[in-house]
Amino acid sequence: MKYTSQMVAKPYFIAAIGLFVAQILFGVIMGMQYVVGDFLFPEIPFNVARMVHTNLLIVWLLFGFMGAAYYMVPDEAEAELHSPLLAKVMFWIFLAAGAVTILGYLLVPYATLAEITMNDLLPTMGREFLEQPTIIKIGIVVVALAFLYNIGMTILKGRKTVINLVLLIGLVGLAVFFLFAFYNPDNIVLDKMFWWFVVHLWVEGVWELILGSLLAYVLIKTTGVDREVIEKWLYVIIAMALITGLIGTGHHFFWIGTPGYWQWWGSIFSAMEPIPFFMMTIFAFNMVNKRRRQHPNKAAVLWALGCSVMAFLGAGVWGFLHTLSFVNYYTHGSQITAAHGHMAFYGAYVMIVLAIISYAMPMLNGRKVANSMSSQVVEMWSFWLMTISMVFITLFLTAAGIVQVYLQRMSDDPLPFMVVQDKIEMFYWMREGAGLVFLIGLILYVISFFVGRDQPEAQLPK
Amino acid sequence: MSQAFTKSMARNIFYGGSMFFFLLLLVLTFDTVKSLPQTDNRENLTAQVAKGKHVWENNNCIGCHTLMGEGAYFAPELGNAYKRMGSKEAIIAFIKFRPKNGIPGRRSMPQFNLTDDELDAVAEFLKYVSEINNQNWPPNIQG
Repeated sequence: MKYTSQMVAKPYFIAAIGLFVAQILFGVIMGMQYVVGDFLFPEIPFNVARMVHTNLLIVWLLFGFMGAAYYMVPDEAEAELHSPLLAKVMFWIFLAAGAVTILGYLLVPYATLAEITMNDLLPTMGREFLEQPTIIKIGIVVVALAFLYNIGMTILKGRKTVINLVLLIGLVGLAVFFLFAFYNPDNIVLDKMFWWFVVHLWVEGVWELILGSLLAYVLIKTTGVDREVIEKWLYVIIAMALITGLIGTGHHFFWIGTPGYWQWWGSIFSAMEPIPFFMMTIFAFNMVNKRRRQHPNKAAVLWALGCSVMAFLGAGVWGFLHTLSFVNYYTHGSQITAAHGHMAFYGAYVMIVLAIISYAMPMLNGRKVANSMSSQVVEMWSFWLMTISMVFITLFLTAAGIVQVYLQRMSDDPLPFMVVQDKIEMFYWMREGAGLVFLIGLILYVISFFVGRDQPEAQLPK
Repeated sequence: MSQAFTKSMARNIFYGGSMFFFLLLLVLTFDTVKSLPQTDNRENLTAQVAKGKHVWENNNCIGCHTLMGEGAYFAPELGNAYKRMGSKEAIIAFIKFRPKNGIPGRRSMPQFNLTDDELDAVAEFLKYVSEINNQNWPPNIQG
């Protein structure tokens, strides 16, 4: 590690992993509620567990992105971070805001939370993924601005690499599009339409820039491939991401009261959204094949390669499955959507954060480049357990979704929602089983940080 | 990638392409907002409907249900609940009489203790949503 200020990344990574564990615990609770309807009712109703599950995901990924930026930007810019103190202060503010929000969800009824946080002054709550009290949303903006200032100043005074620039564009976009969270008109169609300016333009837009940048960084570091080559790939990938993804927003405008022409725009452009993800897979494997050196951190390379494959499968293939409007007419808002959501988030964003953590953490813990072999072996086990169980979660939900769509929407005698839910219970049980394996994988992942700490670093075979 | 295709070409495609399609998104968005009055049922967007939307939001209904297919997939679609249940009264009665401690072994909607006015507002909101022209989604009354 070249710059001492990179150390501020460490608490961000630790918080990310801690919140990840909590997120999965609530996921397992929800999986149980799908089959045993009154599980933990009325103490933790499903909607509360879901808010906690999804909000924790967003918060820990943001912790991961920020930690990644604090680690990577000084290294790329060849300059110390503008203000490590500001980064530390923002860490505690963000963590406190996150903890207060989650506790608020769990301890008081949501309507009470809305009341005590004076949601009526500027109502923004109660919309999917944007459930945070308005005051917390304002706090998120403040933290994001301070973070961008810190990162921006560092980049400004140092070397301006493409990787840093792309990350910065992605992060600025993240902050700018979040501002749509404050627009909540009484007109539900307008509300829904601009809600996607946060959600879609994040995960199918600017977050892909962050993903591309972090992936490129890990690949440069672990393969030693020429920067010019990697940067060219990065530009092409993110160009395709935005060229397809911006108008691809239209695949959310099929059935929410917006004009019918979106079925054309949305279908055609979102059908091309897998292209950048496919290129990412080719890119990652190409770079590793052309590597100029072996890197002793095998686990980090595994996460990077796995990320490129799983992002393509989850975001690309599973997205394409139900993105054409004549298919989506039947699958919209079914378990197919849930299947896609799980694998896409895991493949694209969870795995890239775990890849950068895997790469950076040994250095943050005082190692030269890599953890001991025994630690890496445990980490790689956790990679396979989590990744394979996520594949099965996705497959079971897809099966549930296909049967659901048929029974509820396509058969001659469509059945009511709850009747169908009973009929697909078996798939939900299997999903819960796969979810428990995921949790075991995650526990192994945490354990890997404590294994082989007193052993020497992994060495390359002579 | 081949040598003929340079990094600066890739960069130009990124900046040019994103700029172009972002502007196209803005144009389409502008056009959509302009044409929404034909589909979004705004002539029936009364103060009571607006209030109903706040009741909907303040109780996090989206945490279990979908509305026009968006939300959680734990409980039935509500964009067409007014049509499925037949009347505001049926909606109000359903929400009002949920058992506080749930139903053993089954999914059950929580008891939200809404006032009569809030119940009326949320039912009015669901009636309004059911009359939005959303390209005939869902495919049938079951949602």
